[in-house]
Amino acid sequence: MKKVSVSFTLNGDPVTSEVPITWSLLKTLREYFELNGAKKGCGVGECGACTVIVDGDAVSSCLYPIPEIEGRSVTTIEGIASADGALHPLQKSFLENNGVQCGYCTSGMIMSAKSLLDQNPDPTEDEIRTSISGNFCRCTGYIQIVEAIGMAAKESDRKELLNFP
Amino acid sequence: MSEYLYVGKSIPRTIETDKVTGRAIYIDDLKRPGMLYGKILYSKYAHAKIKNIDKSKAEKLPGVRAILTGYDIPDVRVGFIKDQTVLKRDVVRQFRDEVAAVAAISPEIAEEALDLIKVEYEELPAVFDPVEAMKEGAPLVHEVDARGRPLKSNLLPLPWKFYAGDIETGRKASAYTVKDSVSTTWVNQCCMGPSGCVAEFDMNNNLTLYDQTNVIHLGKQRIMEYFAQIGLKGKKVRVVNTIVGGSFGTKLDTDIYEFICMQLALKTRKPVKILFSREEEFFALPPRQPAIFDIEQGCDKEGRLTFRKCEAILDNGAYTSWGATTPSVMMMPMSSLYRVPNVSFEATCVYTNNIYCQAMRGYGNPQASFAVETSMDTLAEEAGIDPAEFRLINRNQSGDETPQRLKITSCGMEECINSVKEKLDWDKKKKDKKKARGVGMASLIHVAGGARVYMSDGHGIMIKVDQNGWIDVFESGTDQGQGSPTVISQIVAEALGFKPEDVSLTMGDTGLSLWDAGTHASRHTFMAGNAAIRCCEKVKKQILDMAVQYMPKLIKGGFKRKKRKDPDFVEPDLDYSLISNPENLDIKDRMVFPRSDPDHPYFKMDVREIVRSGLHVGVGDSRVVVAEEFYDPPTEMLDREMKGNLSMTYAFGTTGVEVEVDEETGEITILKLIAAHDVGKAINPTLLLGQVYGAVYTGVGYGLTEEIKVVNGRVMNPSFRDYKMLTAKDVIPITPVVIEPGDEDGPFGAKGIGEPGLVPTAPAIANAIYDAIGVRITDLPITPEKILTALNNKQ
Repeated sequence: MKKVSVSFTLNGDPVTSEVPITWSLLKTLREYFELNGAKKGCGVGECGACTVIVDGDAVSSCLYPIPEIEGRSVTTIEGIASADGALHPLQKSFLENNGVQCGYCTSGMIMSAKSLLDQNPDPTEDEIRTSISGNFCRCTGYIQIVEAIGMAAKESDRKELLNFP
Repeated sequence: MSEYLYVGKSIPRTIETDKVTGRAIYIDDLKRPGMLYGKILYSKYAHAKIKNIDKSKAEKLPGVRAILTGYDIPDVRVGFIKDQTVLKRDVVRQFRDEVAAVAAISPEIAEEALDLIKVEYEELPAVFDPVEAMKEGAPLVHEVDARGRPLKSNLLPLPWKFYAGDIETGRKASAYTVKDSVSTTWVNQCCMGPSGCVAEFDMNNNLTLYDQTNVIHLGKQRIMEYFAQIGLKGKKVRVVNTIVGGSFGTKLDTDIYEFICMQLALKTRKPVKILFSREEEFFALPPRQPAIFDIEQGCDKEGRLTFRKCEAILDNGAYTSWGATTPSVMMMPMSSLYRVPNVSFEATCVYTNNIYCQAMRGYGNPQASFAVETSMDTLAEEAGIDPAEFRLINRNQSGDETPQRLKITSCGMEECINSVKEKLDWDKKKKDKKKARGVGMASLIHVAGGARVYMSDGHGIMIKVDQNGWIDVFESGTDQGQGSPTVISQIVAEALGFKPEDVSLTMGDTGLSLWDAGTHASRHTFMAGNAAIRCCEKVKKQILDMAVQYMPKLIKGGFKRKKRKDPDFVEPDLDYSLISNPENLDIKDRMVFPRSDPDHPYFKMDVREIVRSGLHVGVGDSRVVVAEEFYDPPTEMLDREMKGNLSMTYAFGTTGVEVEVDEETGEITILKLIAAHDVGKAINPTLLLGQVYGAVYTGVGYGLTEEIKVVNGRVMNPSFRDYKMLTAKDVIPITPVVIEPGDEDGPFGAKGIGEPGLVPTAPAIANAIYDAIGVRITDLPITPEKILTALNNKQ
């Protein structure tokens, strides 16, 4: 199959991938870059488990053709903690408030939320719910996820995390 | 007042940080060296003869490593009543029948190969309606049974019958009686993580199955039984779970794809992965069992239930998995939800050419409770008693022994009903009824202290404390997302006197654990918690024995060192008898201390120092701290009459709902939902609420939106676009009420809470809708279309 060379920014680093032209961004992330955080929950853009941020917007990476990523900036769940490993406020608040259960939707959920908070640091509950309305979750009933996103927005309200080794 | 340091605290799930950083390895992420990808070819017909399978073209496709059909592998029957084979020979009986399987170097090539396999079928008459299927002359789904004996009907050899007391006596004592017919349909478990596994044989044909099961040990047993029949008797099997993307019942059986994966791995001598697509999740996994109920109840003038009689028909589909056993759980609400002296329950499972069914959160209880709670409301109305009052009159109470011989120990049903009444402002809403608004409630009983459905309902645990004071817990259960690693860490830390962050858990590995009956039936916290507490007692004793031996030496050694540094130091005169008996010592928050003087300036010592001393003591004397415990509670198997106290304790709860119905559009809005649960004790309140919220949402979906549309055996809506699971925009304003009376048998008083939230949700909504608009929808889900039709018929 014809391969295509695509250069873009991935989690802050300049990268070039050489993958078949038919591959999606999701497949490229998972199989070429071995970034497994984005998940294939349906493969047709309906569940949101594959959500990543492209140029600031949350997108379904399973639908995103790899040639179209040329020159763009992609952020995945693997790229949101700081370089020293300190978790992003959303990652912390999801752990603190049980926003994660089985965890399969979590990467996509957090990326949708991050895109929201980056653009709107003080969202209403309705705005939070809208931002993750394309991310399905079967475990939580969304309530503690919505709360966790609200907590991340108001970082000062957060409890201290236990320091697990 | 809390005497606990960690139990009852909302410890965050920091133990699972991998899940929020994209590092957790699910089955999709697992790669083994040289791994191949398996795909399955399904039937094109609901019922047909296989005339011929031509795989020659597919075999020639580059990258294909193996193609198997039913004719290539031993024709061995598997499943709950051994009514199917792994790959089907001769006849297919449903659209999801596995006809062939491919292993190839990529999933795409495997998929392509499927298209090249040509199967010739001869269509056979099929039957899709269970009632039709019961009639004489209906097409037979199976010609013979597991032993090859000819079958004359589509009825399964599982006559579920439960009788207690005498229905006629109950009827005579009744002032009021009602009859209702209700039905429930197929719903999908909708795990976000797709099903899949990786099978890998070593050169001696021992298998490692990387899996997502919630019954690792039973799964291993089934595989060993299968192996015994395919020439692999005595081969070793290890089942190891990856991180699991949800279960909700799907992983209770060993599914056909898992056997297929093993066959492909055996054939190719390579690790093989099978991973389902979302479409397969919807049409090739067994969903919740649909059921049709005719239920009759009576009560006397005072509103006390006199009898309950119910007949159920279950559409079994073409084969038998756990769906067919759900009547065993339906018997619990049928016999024991509210006090009812005379009970008759009969359920008939019928083969059809529809998809077959499995377990799903609640396991038959949501279906049966929908029937019982619908009938409770109609009977309350008939008797002219407020539905809440009617439930209070008949509520379960501590000390009861139900007609099924369930022994009710702790029971918060009264508090649950009353808190729903209070939070919904029930009496006022009933009195000043607003148009198109209504309130409804429903309660539940469920096992919450194990469920003895196998001869052993045990849970084994091994705990070691290493030389640095880290605790390794080898737990025989699995985590499918419920948060057990956090909860069990809290229990171990509390029971042993360490900190939760000292604990590492290994779960989901048959090679590193004792027996466990499975992480199902809301039993894990109760069983693993009790096993952990008992195991911790043994570990603690070992540590305290060491403490008696080494504390004086450590203390005196410290004095010696001080003396060397400071010649003026005078060794204090200590009463070493305080620490000479392990029974006088305790551990809390990593510190060992004398019970009589917990803050003793010299005798309060870091437990890690003691453990280290014990290991590094010298030749022949060194010791490790390790213990195991197998907790199998003193419960009973159901006897021949399906009676027995199968659980140590039972969960009770009540859901109350206020709805508004748009009579123009049929749209239903949930204005308020109160979920009151007697949980015994919340080990981790935040995680517990997560169980309640998630279960309630699935329950609302069950009540209002979710339905696998099966038309002539085919699943017509195998996608998230067409299957209406709730999203974050479907706001359900849930007010949880957590009632904590403490259970004498529960670990720190806890009872199970995994399933209860789902059980009463749909009937509570249905009852509220009836209260709002005066029409009762008796078949789930309650869609706007059904509301409008019912309103039209009413006029």
